Amino acid sequence: MQTTKIDHKLVCFHCGEDCVEDTVEYNEKHFCCPGCKLVYEILNENNLCNYYDLSDAPGAKQLQTVLGNRFAYLDNQAISDKLIKFKDQQNTHIVMHIPNMHCSSCIWLLEHLQNLDAGVVNSRVEFIQKEIWINFNHNQTSLRKIVEKLTLIGYEPELNLDQIDKHKKVKKSKSRIYKIGVAGFAFGNIMLLSFPEYFANGIYPGDDFRKFFSYLNLALSLPVFFYSANEFLLNSIKSFRQRTINIDVPIAIGIVAMFVRSTYEVLSGTGAGYFDSMTGLVFFMLIGRNFQEKTFDWLSFERDYKSYFPIAVTRLFGNKEEIVTVHEVQVNDQLLIRCNEIIPADVILLSDRAEIDYSFVSGESTPVSVFKSDKIFAGGKLVNGIANVLVLQPISQSYLTQLWNQLPDKSSKSSKFQKMVSVISRWFVISTLVIASISFIYWYNIDVTRAVNAFTAVLVIACACALALSAPFTFGNMLRIFGKKGIYLRNANVIERIADINKVVFDKTGTLTIADQHSIEFFGDELSSQELQLIYAISATSSHPLSRQLAAHLTSYKNKISFNSIEEIPGYGICGIKNGNEIRIGNSIFVAGSSDRTNEINETVAFVSINGIIKGKYTFNNSYRANVKDVFDDLKKHKINLSIISGDHEGERNYLEQLTHQKNDLLFCMQPKDKLNYIKAQQDNGAKVMMVGDGLNDAGALLQSNVGLAISGDINNFTPACDGIILGKNFDKISSIIKYCKSGQRIIIISFIISLVYNAIGLYFAVQGTLSPVIAAILMPISTSSLVLYTVIASSIKARQLRLK
Amino acid sequence: MKVILILISASLLVAIGFLIAFLWSVKTGQFDDDISPAVRMLFDNEEPNQNNTTKS
Repeated sequence: MQTTKIDHKLVCFHCGEDCVEDTVEYNEKHFCCPGCKLVYEILNENNLCNYYDLSDAPGAKQLQTVLGNRFAYLDNQAISDKLIKFKDQQNTHIVMHIPNMHCSSCIWLLEHLQNLDAGVVNSRVEFIQKEIWINFNHNQTSLRKIVEKLTLIGYEPELNLDQIDKHKKVKKSKSRIYKIGVAGFAFGNIMLLSFPEYFANGIYPGDDFRKFFSYLNLALSLPVFFYSANEFLLNSIKSFRQRTINIDVPIAIGIVAMFVRSTYEVLSGTGAGYFDSMTGLVFFMLIGRNFQEKTFDWLSFERDYKSYFPIAVTRLFGNKEEIVTVHEVQVNDQLLIRCNEIIPADVILLSDRAEIDYSFVSGESTPVSVFKSDKIFAGGKLVNGIANVLVLQPISQSYLTQLWNQLPDKSSKSSKFQKMVSVISRWFVISTLVIASISFIYWYNIDVTRAVNAFTAVLVIACACALALSAPFTFGNMLRIFGKKGIYLRNANVIERIADINKVVFDKTGTLTIADQHSIEFFGDELSSQELQLIYAISATSSHPLSRQLAAHLTSYKNKISFNSIEEIPGYGICGIKNGNEIRIGNSIFVAGSSDRTNEINETVAFVSINGIIKGKYTFNNSYRANVKDVFDDLKKHKINLSIISGDHEGERNYLEQLTHQKNDLLFCMQPKDKLNYIKAQQDNGAKVMMVGDGLNDAGALLQSNVGLAISGDINNFTPACDGIILGKNFDKISSIIKYCKSGQRIIIISFIISLVYNAIGLYFAVQGTLSPVIAAILMPISTSSLVLYTVIASSIKARQLRLK
Repeated sequence: MKVILILISASLLVAIGFLIAFLWSVKTGQFDDDISPAVRMLFDNEEPNQNNTTKS
């Protein structure tokens, strides 16, 4: 066991990364960090160094060396029971997902867990699913100990408490495999038994044989017809009941026609039937379906599990606050939730009291009071004040996505493509049936076999599948690409709506300007440190960009004052009472009661009053995002109108006029309600509006607009009202997003055209009766897959061109 | 030539046997993971200082 040296660079014996700094030496081996050395030590002590012989530097960089109480919740019976598959007097079985598993060394180590923990009886790895099954003696060890051990050696399990759903899905995909197996078996055997029939008039020694062969064929085709083909048949029966025609109908008619005709021929002794064609058709169609489903699952899995919501939360780390993205949050972290923020995981309240609005989850909007050490469920919204919470469960990305997707879509009508597809496919199906019948009648008098061939081949080859598939696949791939870039769109309909946009409305504060780059000055009476503490405490409760900046400005006065009551009025300010002292921060109407805001025209200010006495004002100087001008120019180039609506004064009008090269549509001093009305008015004038703003303070406007994009900065401003969340640093991508969505539509239309060409060629051969239904059944999935490939590849290439990838 | 009838019936029975074997193997998850069994069989059994048996 020697340290690998490449170009005189030291490489970590455990994880293979370059040893740059803090190189640790142990047992004549080099490690890049104490974490990796620790893993080696543990393995060495337990005679598990075989791990390093099976592959070179198999470990993953080990960052954690101290676990503390991170997994303490696993000692809780109720929680651990959810993970346990089986339990008796002595042994417990558990299945866990370990994402870090990647090579044969991993398998070896994970299957030798009994060397690490004597309580483990045995363990088995399912490599493809990245799952480990552990059987342990719970009298000798505990779930928590095992999980901690695994984490320490670098294989932290992903403890997902809703694992049960996943297993159901596996079952469903297995039934498709059974069907393919049965169809393939029948297809092969029927071909074999039809062999004599393939030669002119058969070389049967007698009629008995012909009968025997054809009855066997009939028997073999029964399970194919009733079991393997049932999804086509049931789907089309369903569509008849709903008085619509779906794409399964022609296939089902083809199958039924062949089956009935063949059965008639066999029973009446007039022929051998077309069982070979029928079973082959079902076999190849099922394989095609399976391929489609696998691809689609992959696309949606990548989006739902691998790309993360760009939502940030504030985590308390000792006395420090840090901003992390939701997927970095772990169990037992303390989070700080501000007014109007959504609670991202199941948590326990550490503050004394909080009001939670569960309308996002249950539709019930009356806030619920929650007291100290009560549980708050993911998806609730904090209505007032500020809350300190302890995370109980890891944040479930899929749960948040699910909540978001469940919300009723803005446009009640189904998407444009869905509508188009359903209209086209109805006509498509009807014309297919007509063409099939005509060719059947035409050939019937000349050659019955040819007539049946033509009829079924037409039905099979003329498939509207491509029409139905290209939109979901293109959009699915686009959502995946967006997700990777930190642009998270709610669903495929949003892409279509973005493609129609002809006007973009920007909010100013926090959207065009960067929230945390401000210079703040105070003008007025000198404030005592006690007063400053109060100002800090009240501004820390709010999620408004200005309050956040003010709190950041006053961090040196950080404290834990809690107010008797707090009220935040959007567009005006915030007001709190502490021990009979009333403190107000906000605009002049709110704080000073003045009727006009003329004195704040040229600057962004927040007035402060304590017990009705105006103490002074804070002024904020905005700094704009670097690429605002490029985005504006690019949008203009593509004939998209711009508007800027701001809750602020007109002080920056000149600057914004320069940026946008326009004098109209720059509106200031807008309350949230004015913003909403403005968007409504634009829509009444026929504009399709995209609103780009801050998730919490512009929620109404985001909801009213055709597409609402929330810019996520360093706060958790996830709101159900928006259609997409993008990271602040992706602001410059806004014009690319619109362009990409437009090109997505083009890709789908092109694939429609390709599919029509395919169909025309296929039909040309099919109506002549020269194309056998089996060949048609092979060609059909191939043409469909080629279209699916086209849409996925084309949308990926376009993304690269637009620098989205 | 009657023997063909018997032979075909027998061959069909064999084929059905394979079909059942296939369905059973899918059902018991033998196709779920085709990597770790292949690696597992290459592991050496000699593990020094190992005193507890692993059979449950």
